[in-house]
Amino acid sequence: MKLNELDFNLLNTIADLKGVPSGALNIRKDGQAVIRHSSPNISITSLEDKPGIKIEIKPGTIDETVHIPVILTKSGFQDLVYNTFIVGEGSDVTIIAGCGIHNDSHADSSHSGIHTIIVKKGARMKYVEKHYGEGSGSGKRILHPTTNITVEEGASAELELVQIRGVDDTHRASTARVHAKGSLKLVERLMTHSEQRASSDIDVDIEGQNATAQIFSRSVARDNSAQVFKASLNGKTECMGHVECDAIIMDNARIQAMPALLAEDSNAVLTHEAAIGKIAGEQLIKLMSLGLSEPEAVQTILDGFLR
Amino acid sequence: MLTMENVAMAVDGDNGENREIIHDINLEFQPGRLYAVTGPNGGGKTSIAKVIMGIYKHSRGRILFDGEDVSDLSVSERAKKGIAYAFQQPPRFKGLTVTDLLGIAKPGMDNLAMRKYLRDVGLCPEDYMERDVGPGLSGGEMKRIEIAQVLAREARLSIFDEPEAGVDLWTIQKLLGIIIQRFKNNDHATAVIITHNENVLPICDEIIVVEDGLIKAQGTPAEIWPLIKDDIECKMKEQCRGEMLYEIE
Repeated sequence: MKLNELDFNLLNTIADLKGVPSGALNIRKDGQAVIRHSSPNISITSLEDKPGIKIEIKPGTIDETVHIPVILTKSGFQDLVYNTFIVGEGSDVTIIAGCGIHNDSHADSSHSGIHTIIVKKGARMKYVEKHYGEGSGSGKRILHPTTNITVEEGASAELELVQIRGVDDTHRASTARVHAKGSLKLVERLMTHSEQRASSDIDVDIEGQNATAQIFSRSVARDNSAQVFKASLNGKTECMGHVECDAIIMDNARIQAMPALLAEDSNAVLTHEAAIGKIAGEQLIKLMSLGLSEPEAVQTILDGFLR
Repeated sequence: MLTMENVAMAVDGDNGENREIIHDINLEFQPGRLYAVTGPNGGGKTSIAKVIMGIYKHSRGRILFDGEDVSDLSVSERAKKGIAYAFQQPPRFKGLTVTDLLGIAKPGMDNLAMRKYLRDVGLCPEDYMERDVGPGLSGGEMKRIEIAQVLAREARLSIFDEPEAGVDLWTIQKLLGIIIQRFKNNDHATAVIITHNENVLPICDEIIVVEDGLIKAQGTPAEIWPLIKDDIECKMKEQCRGEMLYEIE
């Protein structure tokens, strides 16, 4: 199966891919791997018992990137995939995931990605996942990602989970366990518009001494869209945790934010902040006084906020 | 260049009644001159500035810019015509950087020019160009970034609303000095500084005193400064013997 211009446009939007990159790569289109190659340090193999892939990064692999984007262009396609990532001890890698759906039909297209990520002792991992939907059909573009991550002793994981636009329905479930001296940073950026629905449910257990976890959510809800954000941090020992959710609400949208903290040790330091508000009139006027029109000022504020 | 003809502005009062807060203002700002607007708090200085910029809508009268009636133009349109306003309390933006704002103020401005404007207002470009104009900056830093934007715009009419407010005493004179230096004896640009600063008022080309929404006095510093000097200069100076060590060149 060859990739056409539409496929490359989707790949460019979700993974900044203008062509086929060098290094480890798996491109999944409509339920099948269309391009796959491993690198000397990163192997990509099919799972035997269920659809999906296993990505194994050798210990000590430094400064390598693996791309595993998914695209759906067949109308009405329902994709379910299980991906397992093992980031070897002491390695330092970037994983670029993401899913783009093009749907021109009346039937719903959906992708459910179930990811298990294990960041081994002392390793560093950055994981970027962008979601995007397009197409003229009335059929919905649906994405339901599940991410279960384990951060082993002294390891660090940074996850950037972004929904650009065009996704009608999404439910994101993320769980994490952070072990001693490990650190987790999870950043969500989300924009919903039209009649879209989005929810995110994050559950983090900070299990090891001197481990840290930070969760940041920035979101914009426009038109009649609705968002629900739940993040729960559980500090089981001497540790630090912080949840921050910041949202801009516009038009007739609806946003619910529920940060929750649970401390099970008197040396656990857990904090949260949550704010929802519309764009301040002063901000618009300020940018207009520099010569921007009102729509340009709104766009500038939103682009900055979600950057 | 900018003329206000019988301009009044009303706001909705607490009881729903219409309350006029500036009344029949007639002013003419000439090209190449530096104006100081002063007067007690709540007297209407900022309201006049915001009416000129189009942020507040006036209820009566006309505003002419180069002979064209700009009364019905939006803030953006007035900005494009060449009017700039430095806010007394500039708003913050999460995610926008100092470089973003300077780039909006003067599209196409190069990196070197941005650095110069930041240095002019006493900010180290290395430390500030990529900083978010968000909650991480102090009021004084916000103020300097605001002034840098208005200087960068090189507008034909620049209004500075109490540039000294919120800025530490060490920097006030330098900041005001840069504004004065830029606009004093500059035939191409006009500036209006809303200020109470006793070093600035005597060296402007003209002082306008606003009180109770009216222009109480207007003239050269030689005419006006003696009338307001006692109200503005520190009354305790004789007793406390504090010396003013700084000077604007």
